[in-house]
Amino acid sequence: MTQPDNNNVSATDISQVEMMRLLVIVGQERKVEAFELLFRHYSPRIRSFMTVKTKDRQVAEELMQETMVAVWNKAAQFDPARGNVSAWIFTIARNIRIDAHRRKRPVFEIDDPAFVPDNTPSADVEFEQAQDAGLLRQAMETLPADQFDVLKRAFFDDVSHSVIARELGLPLGTVKSRIRLAFEKLRSALEGRR
Amino acid sequence: MNIKRHLSDAFLLDYAGGNLSEGWSLAVATHLALCPTCRRQLEAMEGAAGALLEKMPVEANATDDSWERMKARLGGLQAIEIKPEPPREPVKPGILPEPLRSYVGGDLPDLKWRALGRGAYQILIDTGDRDTQVRLLRIPAGKPVPEHTHEGCELTLVLAGSFRDGEDLFARGDIEEADDTLLHQPIATEGEDCICLAVTEAPLKFTSWIVRLMQPILKI
Repeated sequence: MTQPDNNNVSATDISQVEMMRLLVIVGQERKVEAFELLFRHYSPRIRSFMTVKTKDRQVAEELMQETMVAVWNKAAQFDPARGNVSAWIFTIARNIRIDAHRRKRPVFEIDDPAFVPDNTPSADVEFEQAQDAGLLRQAMETLPADQFDVLKRAFFDDVSHSVIARELGLPLGTVKSRIRLAFEKLRSALEGRR
Repeated sequence: MNIKRHLSDAFLLDYAGGNLSEGWSLAVATHLALCPTCRRQLEAMEGAAGALLEKMPVEANATDDSWERMKARLGGLQAIEIKPEPPREPVKPGILPEPLRSYVGGDLPDLKWRALGRGAYQILIDTGDRDTQVRLLRIPAGKPVPEHTHEGCELTLVLAGSFRDGEDLFARGDIEEADDTLLHQPIATEGEDCICLAVTEAPLKFTSWIVRLMQPILKI
């Protein structure tokens, strides 16, 4: 296991920086060539993500295509100072999956006058966001298997923590504490940089 | 505003994964609108999900076909200019944030409360979600929320005023997560009515005030 090292820039961090650059180009210049590179990287991963739940390759392919169309359409809304590309694409894929199940997921609105803005400065360097992605990935690799498993189920198997507890035959409190411990580790990995 | 009572990681993770039904999500999203701290946690969770997405297995040889299909779709899409969203009517700063405000059809002065007895009022909020019951409650200053038991979880988000539950104080933006092991007794703080959003798993079973109403009849 490698420890997070602020001076050590892994190849994956560089690819995150590259993905960010491509997504910004797609948003600003509508360049199909840049979008193709994003597509070739993310489409197989999104198809796998969609297959986990649907088990149907045709359906998964269609949901992947829907996701990538949304990436193309919404690229201009991506803010490199506020998040990394893989997290942003995950949220789009997640929302496409929710729509496909005809579920509703109410969301907050940042333009709402009652919305309380965050006064702590966001990462102003795009590279920092990519570095955060690298730190998170490294920290995830150090999670105990039982904690990692719960996170994976929560994001990919489309089930709530109470269903995870039932599936694993564990008390609800055990699953809740695994989730809490996992995110305590991930948060401290991120705070280590700041 | 200084929020002290936050969402648990478990609830936030369900929301981040898209696995929380509409009723719970309404309380979570409304708390998020008021709580930068929980929004940062949500971002970290979505970051973790992105890291997992990067590690998804990659099926070789499928991408060329998929890209041909995508290109065909883009051919039709490129012509479509994305229209900027029309400027919205400016809304005066209010008490109820989105998404809650749209669910109840306006801010506090527009609401039509229904008496619940003993000075308390409620508004039932309609969602497409059959597993939860969602309501706004208005508890008169200094008075208890009608004592109740419920099955499973309850989320209570304070929007105005405050309440005490035992030793704990909950003010605007604070959210209380209770489960069925707890018979809790929130009491609105003196000085201001407490308005909160309450989401429960099963319909609330109000006990004591019904009992109190029946007391004179039953002579118990």
